[in-house]
Amino acid sequence: MDQYETLTGKGHSRRRFLRNVTSMSVLAALYGYGGVSPALAWPQVGNHEAERLEDGDTDVFNLVIDRTPMKIDGKPANPITVNGTVPGPAIRMREGRNVRIRIQNNLDEWTSIHWHGILLPFQMDGVPGVTFEGIPPKDTFEYYYPLKQAGTYWYHSHSGLQEQLGHYGPLIVEPAEPEPFNYDRDYAIVLSDWTFEDPHDVFRNLKVAEGYYNYQKRTVEDLLEDIQKKGWSQTMRERAMWGEMRMSSRDLLDVTGSTYTYLINGRSPNDNWTGLFKPGEKIRLRVINASAMSFFDVSVPGLKMTVVQVDGQNVEPVPVDEFRVGVAETYDVIVEPTDQQAYTVFAEAMDRSGFAAGTLATEVGLTAEIPEPRPIASRGMEAMGMDMSDMDMSDMDMGGMDMGNGDTEMGGQSGGMDMGGQSAGMQGDQGMTGQSSHAGMAMDHGDAKGGMDMAMDKSGGKAPWPLADREISHGPNDHGPGAAMVARSPGNRLSDPGIGLESTPEHKVLVYDDLKALAPWPDPREPEREIELHLTGNMERYMWSFDGEKFSEVDGPIQFHHGERLRLILVNDTMMDHPIHLHGMWMELENQHGDLRPRKHTISVKPGEMVSARITADAPGHWAFHCHLLYHMKAGMFRVVSVA
Amino acid sequence: MNTNRHLSKTVGGLLSATLLAVMPLAATADGQAPFAVEKGWAPPVGDEPHGFFLFDRLEYAAGDDEDSVNVEFKGWYGGDYNRVWVEGEAEDVVSGGSGGAIENLDLLYGRLISPYWSVQAGVGYQLEYGPGPDPDRGYAVLGLQGLAHYWFEVDTNLRLSEDGDAWADFEAEYDFLLTQKLVLQPRFGTMVAFDEVEEFGVGEGINNVKLGLRLRYEIKREFAPYIGVSWNKKLGDTADMAEDEGEDTGDFRVLAGVRMWF
Repeated sequence: MDQYETLTGKGHSRRRFLRNVTSMSVLAALYGYGGVSPALAWPQVGNHEAERLEDGDTDVFNLVIDRTPMKIDGKPANPITVNGTVPGPAIRMREGRNVRIRIQNNLDEWTSIHWHGILLPFQMDGVPGVTFEGIPPKDTFEYYYPLKQAGTYWYHSHSGLQEQLGHYGPLIVEPAEPEPFNYDRDYAIVLSDWTFEDPHDVFRNLKVAEGYYNYQKRTVEDLLEDIQKKGWSQTMRERAMWGEMRMSSRDLLDVTGSTYTYLINGRSPNDNWTGLFKPGEKIRLRVINASAMSFFDVSVPGLKMTVVQVDGQNVEPVPVDEFRVGVAETYDVIVEPTDQQAYTVFAEAMDRSGFAAGTLATEVGLTAEIPEPRPIASRGMEAMGMDMSDMDMSDMDMGGMDMGNGDTEMGGQSGGMDMGGQSAGMQGDQGMTGQSSHAGMAMDHGDAKGGMDMAMDKSGGKAPWPLADREISHGPNDHGPGAAMVARSPGNRLSDPGIGLESTPEHKVLVYDDLKALAPWPDPREPEREIELHLTGNMERYMWSFDGEKFSEVDGPIQFHHGERLRLILVNDTMMDHPIHLHGMWMELENQHGDLRPRKHTISVKPGEMVSARITADAPGHWAFHCHLLYHMKAGMFRVVSVA
Repeated sequence: MNTNRHLSKTVGGLLSATLLAVMPLAATADGQAPFAVEKGWAPPVGDEPHGFFLFDRLEYAAGDDEDSVNVEFKGWYGGDYNRVWVEGEAEDVVSGGSGGAIENLDLLYGRLISPYWSVQAGVGYQLEYGPGPDPDRGYAVLGLQGLAHYWFEVDTNLRLSEDGDAWADFEAEYDFLLTQKLVLQPRFGTMVAFDEVEEFGVGEGINNVKLGLRLRYEIKREFAPYIGVSWNKKLGDTADMAEDEGEDTGDFRVLAGVRMWF
């Protein structure tokens, strides 16, 4: 520990100053002032990497944080840059070595860098107010830590709303041992959402005007269409259900393409980032969702993608056609283009309000067709966390369950649902038939078409879901004014690809239940203790919290006992998907694969879902734990985990 | 003269007292400060107060006999739970007559009590002016405001004047999305008085029913011009009192205006 304190102390300011002058002049020559490259996002082709210096058993990187005027999607912007670019340069570290990263903050404000997914001493984690004070304006900081893992990660500011302004980049840790898969070349694919608005204005708009960025709300036209399709009474029942809750079935993302320009490696679809290949090569795409608020559905039309790593951790390879990447997650996939043609790397925002796109091609300048945008989907009743096992679906229009075709709204109602403390008093006249009653089970959309397996015991040899018989308790007043709803019977949605996606034999979409570790993780213990946390929110006032309490309302950290084995249970009591990130320790997601749990740093929790993860509390210190939707975090969906 | 001075003193006093009581509450936003991992460090995330000011109606209203300019606004400042509100409604006759009214000008403290509802308490002021006497009065307000089931925006208040007269009002509006930017907004308002107050033309019982229908186009979320119609029908004793004065009991208007916020 002393080591880190010394290294980050203020004692060596002169030496550091000299060092920084040197690195600055090198950078000045490289970016901008030397005339080598105008201030831009990344170059159109390939990845842009940070220079790696060696100092004995330590790799050294110099990073300068600054505001750099440039064009994004052809329009003038003034993002926060790392070494002059958005995203910052790819940093390639090496497992088994130490790393020293010298930060020069040229901003007029405090900043920080968090190494997302890296296990390290907590003082090096880079969360202002939790692990250190931050990096003051015009000052320096030195990170130093050993690398005990490999894979694809990323880094980003943990100060204010700087992430929205471009302060992020890819972090790749090269493995000490060969990986269990081969590839000929690899590209980081950094997905992000850029706005020309001031992020503080974005936050205020969300705070004072609910639905500000949603231009896909239900209109009279949708109503008429529904009546035509489903009939008057069905439509009215559905409308009544949503009206009863004062919720929108079209509220998928809070900030949308109405203000966002979606980027791949800092480049808009017009600026067409391109990765080159030779036919027959295996290309590893390291897909990183560095956006502030956007879930993306990623595909390379015409190519199968084989998922080999998730959150930097190896998984049993799964061939898929599409996968959803939650904010802050990473997915490594391998594609094998055999033809001399161009392929689009397509990342469509989950609410279909826009997309990022780039190209894989054999030469620069080629493009491939960009898929037709799909219509927005509407959330169904599974989002409300209702128990649907005792309902009869006979009069239900099953076409309505086809999530891939947009407009899906389930008309069922359940007496067990409770919104805003007022019982909706609904009748269970619809739902699923032919399924065994299974408490807390979620509806599986794809099953209607026979395209997916169910999260049920019928799947032979699958490990039982640890939360299958769990009774969820909510307090007498639920979670207070900060929580607009609670999920009465949250369920297993690990085999549900999510809103707007449908997995079929022709078009396989990755689900969490597909993820299987290659070998059991080192700690075989059963959990000694369970911690249940509810994800809560109130859209009207844009309050987001855990258990109804914003960070400003809690009086202490969540306590992990050093060395204990925990089960963390997350229950989503909101209508939004939340990517929940724990710093400093892995979360082993408990899915159908028993001991072969995939290990994650960020777990996306769907509306009405209950999910669990095992944690070994082996990292003493203070750690951030939060929703990785930037404005949810800002609004209070944040806790400190204290391991002692 | 004396009464007037007395009045303004009372109202002024009430207003400042409320302000003083309410401001610190709102400024601290949501109460306690987050715990700090280390003393002196700024919290990783924190609450900050926000402010909002909406002209819900800012319109020219053309009627059979007279035209007026009407305004209805509400503004707030504070955190998620505690807010200071200013709300007001006024009309000024610009053609076919003279005079007008500040129907209400309220300064309120609001507290979020459930996910969709705030209680509000404070003081307010009412004034009628024009030909004849210009009556005014101060009052205390207790209100409930929020979003009801089916997305009805509801604002209801109970008022008690300094003379001990009580009345209640209720207003509800609904946004019907014709397209993403074209919004049809019906609204309904009514007022019930528990005491007769002749100088304001208020009879005991249900005073009126107000209906409005406005079609707005949201050029931006913040700025939406609209056209519409309104119909205000006086009822019961209030209607009788109006008829005795030779006034119509029904008032139909064609409207053009803008809804905007900052």
